[in-house]
Amino acid sequence: MLEKMKELIANQLNAEAEDITEATSFKDDLGADSLDLFELVMALEEEYGVEIPSEDLEKLKTVGAVMEYLKDKGVEA
Amino acid sequence: MPVRITGTGSYVPDRIITNEDLEKLVETSDSWIRERTGIRTRRITDRGVTDMAVRAAKRAMEQAGLLPERLGLIIVGTSTGDCLFPSTACQVQAALGASNAVCFDLSAACSGFLFSLNTAAAYLEAGLYRSALVIGADALSKAVDWTDRSTCILFGDGAGAAVLQRTEADEGCPGSPAEGIGPFLMGSDGSRGECLICSGGPLRGPETPEASWDYMSMNGREVFRFAVKTVPEVLEAVLEKAGLKAEDIKYFVLHQANERIIQSVAKRMNQSLWKFPMNLSRYGNTSGASIPILLDELNRRGKLERGSRLVLAGFGAGLTWGATVVVW
Repeated sequence: MLEKMKELIANQLNAEAEDITEATSFKDDLGADSLDLFELVMALEEEYGVEIPSEDLEKLKTVGAVMEYLKDKGVEA
Repeated sequence: MPVRITGTGSYVPDRIITNEDLEKLVETSDSWIRERTGIRTRRITDRGVTDMAVRAAKRAMEQAGLLPERLGLIIVGTSTGDCLFPSTACQVQAALGASNAVCFDLSAACSGFLFSLNTAAAYLEAGLYRSALVIGADALSKAVDWTDRSTCILFGDGAGAAVLQRTEADEGCPGSPAEGIGPFLMGSDGSRGECLICSGGPLRGPETPEASWDYMSMNGREVFRFAVKTVPEVLEAVLEKAGLKAEDIKYFVLHQANERIIQSVAKRMNQSLWKFPMNLSRYGNTSGASIPILLDELNRRGKLERGSRLVLAGFGAGLTWGATVVVW
C-alpha cells in the first residue's frame, strides 16, 4: 500500500516519491495547506473507493495515519 | 443561422478593497489569502447591481452596434438584485430604452450568466427572438458577513454583458464545427444546496416588525470538492457533445471562484494553465458577473478571433453547474 500511496501523494503534492515515508507529515514535511489536503483526500477517495467525512480530516496528519485509516475502512494493504 | 455573441461589455466599481484592508477587519493575511485563493483585491459597489448591469450593458450594446429598441430579450443572471421586484432586467430595460424587449432575471448564483446565456441562445435558436442581451451582475458584498474571514475574503462586485444575435453562417468554412453558441450542458443538485447558502430575509408577519438578516455561509471543503470534481466532468461531457477535444479549445473561461480550483481543473483536464485565463486576483469572485467580465476582457484585448473555440463553465450555489461551447 505504501508504494501506491507514495506515488499518489507525490503526484498530488508535487513531491518526490523517494522522500515520502510513513512518518511524513503532509503539512510540516510537504508544505501542504488545507486546499492541498482537500485535493489529496479527494484523490484517496477516488483511488480507494472510500468516503472520508470532514470530521476525519483532523486525524490524517501523516502518511502512516492515512494508511491506518484506510485499513480500518477495509482497504486491502 | 448560428447565434453569435456580437458584443461584450463589463463594469467593475471604482472602490477597491485590498487584502491589507481585510487584515484590519478580520484575522487574516495577504499571503494566506493569495496562497489559498489567488485574490489580491476586489471591488465594492456603492450604487448597486442595476447600476453596474446598465454600465456593462451599454458597453456591450455599443460594441454590437445594436439599437436598444431592436432587443427582443433581456435576461439578467443575478442573485443579489437591488430589488425583489421589479427585476434587475426590467430596470436595465428602462435605463436602456429597450422598449420592445421581454425582460426577466434568472437566479442560479455563480452559474447565473451561463444559465442565462444558454436560455437566451435557446430562445434565439428557436426563432422566438432575433437578439438578446444577457447580463451577469452581482454584489455579493451585500450578502457577505464582513466579520467572517472564511467568506469575506473571497467575493467582490461587478457586472458583465453579452449581446446575442442570430447571424449569417460563415461561408468558406467547410468541415468546421458548428459556429456560434452551443452545444451546452447544465446541471443542478438541490440536495447539496445547504453547503453554500444565503438567506433571503426572515419570514415576517405583523408580530415581527424587526427581524435580523442571515448572511452567507459556506462549507468551504464541500464547495471546493464539488467544483474540482464536477467542472472537469461537465467540460469533458460538453466537448464530447460538440465532437471536440480539449486540445481544440483555445480558452476555458471558467467562473472565477478560486485560483486553486482552476489549477486543479487544468491539471485534471491535462491542459496547460495558459488555456485558463484568470482575472480573479483583481476582482475576487464576482458570482454571476465573473464569466462575462473575463470574456469581455479577453475580447477587448484582442485575444479572440473569428473561429476561436472557447468553453465557458460556471458552477455555484444551488448547487448548479454548466458548460457552453462558443465558437467566436
